[in-house]
Amino acid sequence: MKSVIPREVESLWTLFTAPTVWAVHFVGCYTTVAVYCAKASSLDFGFETVRLLLAGLTILALAVIVLSAWLAWRQWGFGVHDPPHDEPTKKGRTLFQGYATLLLSGLSFVAVVYAAIPLIFIAECQR
Amino acid sequence: MPDGGVTGLFQPIPSQRHLSRLCPGLVALLVLPLPSCSGNHSALDPAGPEAANIAQLFFLMLVGAVVIWLGLVASIIYASRKRREHSEESAGRVILWGGAVIPTIILCALLSYGMWLMPAIRPWVPDDHQVRRIEVTGEQFWWRVRYFDEAGKTMFETANEVRIPVGQPAHFSLKAADVIHSFWVPSLGGKMDMIPGRTNPLTLTADREGTYRGVCAEFCGESHALMAFTVRAVAPDEHEAWLAERRASSPQDTEGLAVFLNNGCGACHAISGTAANGRIGPDLTAFGERSTLAAGTLPHTVEDIARFVAYPGVIKPGVKMPHFGMLPEDDIKTIAVFLKELK
Ligand code: HEC
Ligand SMILES: [Cu+2]
Repeated sequence: MKSVIPREVESLWTLFTAPTVWAVHFVGCYTTVAVYCAKASSLDFGFETVRLLLAGLTILALAVIVLSAWLAWRQWGFGVHDPPHDEPTKKGRTLFQGYATLLLSGLSFVAVVYAAIPLIFIAECQR
Repeated sequence: MPDGGVTGLFQPIPSQRHLSRLCPGLVALLVLPLPSCSGNHSALDPAGPEAANIAQLFFLMLVGAVVIWLGLVASIIYASRKRREHSEESAGRVILWGGAVIPTIILCALLSYGMWLMPAIRPWVPDDHQVRRIEVTGEQFWWRVRYFDEAGKTMFETANEVRIPVGQPAHFSLKAADVIHSFWVPSLGGKMDMIPGRTNPLTLTADREGTYRGVCAEFCGESHALMAFTVRAVAPDEHEAWLAERRASSPQDTEGLAVFLNNGCGACHAISGTAANGRIGPDLTAFGERSTLAAGTLPHTVEDIARFVAYPGVIKPGVKMPHFGMLPEDDIKTIAVFLKELK
């Protein structure tokens, strides 16, 4: 893994990855269902298909978040150091950012799961 | 604290006696509001399956909240006594589990439970199903009610009172004529917004015969708080008889009707079987059968009808009916008696 994703990617961008994935997944779920339900009568596939599609999107989103969490964990030194990481050094900043990214990934993971729960229970459009 | 010895928020509790003295008062406080939970206008006294599910959700959350609250209070009391030192590490664990992991699990469970309840709280039939629908349109500040047959043809119109058969789902199509209103019968189910340009479906079932109160649950203008209605749940055969009776309009011809028509009331109000066919205000056919006046604002008495016809805007600010206080008192009285007796 180390060689595949170099440490150079560790930047503010990795910090944003997980929340961005959550936002894309959230908007994706809502717009897909809204557009499908508005056009359902003229489409020749059922809501089941939409649910499966979004279940796939959910798994993809969770996978990306887990990957981002792993990178953050690596950046944080696999938990060897304890927070608060407040020394004014490059190392301190890197560890702090890794830790923050890891926490944000956890939050995003839960948020994506919550956004996907309705897919389990809502089986049809109301028109 | 005269000697300034104790600071901070959580001072040790001096003695057990304070707590035990508090208890009777607390119990009284908790028990006193209980009677107000029943009645024909309470979501906590459900009269149908949709409302029962909502009540169940409420009580589950209430019990859960009480458990969490008690746990919190217990830990505050524990912390304020602080017999033992705790390590940073165990404090961190409490924060991680109590502050993040457990709330995440509880919220996940609650969200799933709420979602799982959805189909039961919001049952619906697809558009192409041949069911009788009741269309209710929110208007400032009253409710236009239309009964449709299975083919979607209007059978008749009425206002401010809805009759439904007990034990059978009633399918409502909710609309708005001017601004957003919201249709809410707490005893029978959740609220549903009425949005101009949209038709929102809502299905409610009453398990018990009775008269339930509904309200507008979305601020819609000056008299929003005076926009209520009545739901009467009656036996199915009684309901059928009522539908048949309302469909066959009986012609009326009385002295009161003449006064009603001569003063222009028929321009806004309809009474089937007469020349009154206005569409602006509530349909007044069989008005005498209703239990309240002016969308649940006044009791249904001759005096109150006369009072309302003379000065509607005084009783309901912003009302879309002109006042008729300039008419001779006798005319108003005659109209009021005529309306009260309208069957
Ligand atoms: C310009 C139209 C208009 C005219 C004319 C008019 N009304 Fe009204 N009337 C209304 C509207 C609108 C309401 C609904 C008021 C509300 O509750 O918000 C109403 C409500 C009522 C109600 C209460 C109905 C209910 O469902 O409880 C009565 C009774 C009534 N009018 C009687 C009369 C009589 C009698 C006259 C003639 C003297 C008259 N109205 C003339 C518009 C009109
Ligand atoms: Cu309203």
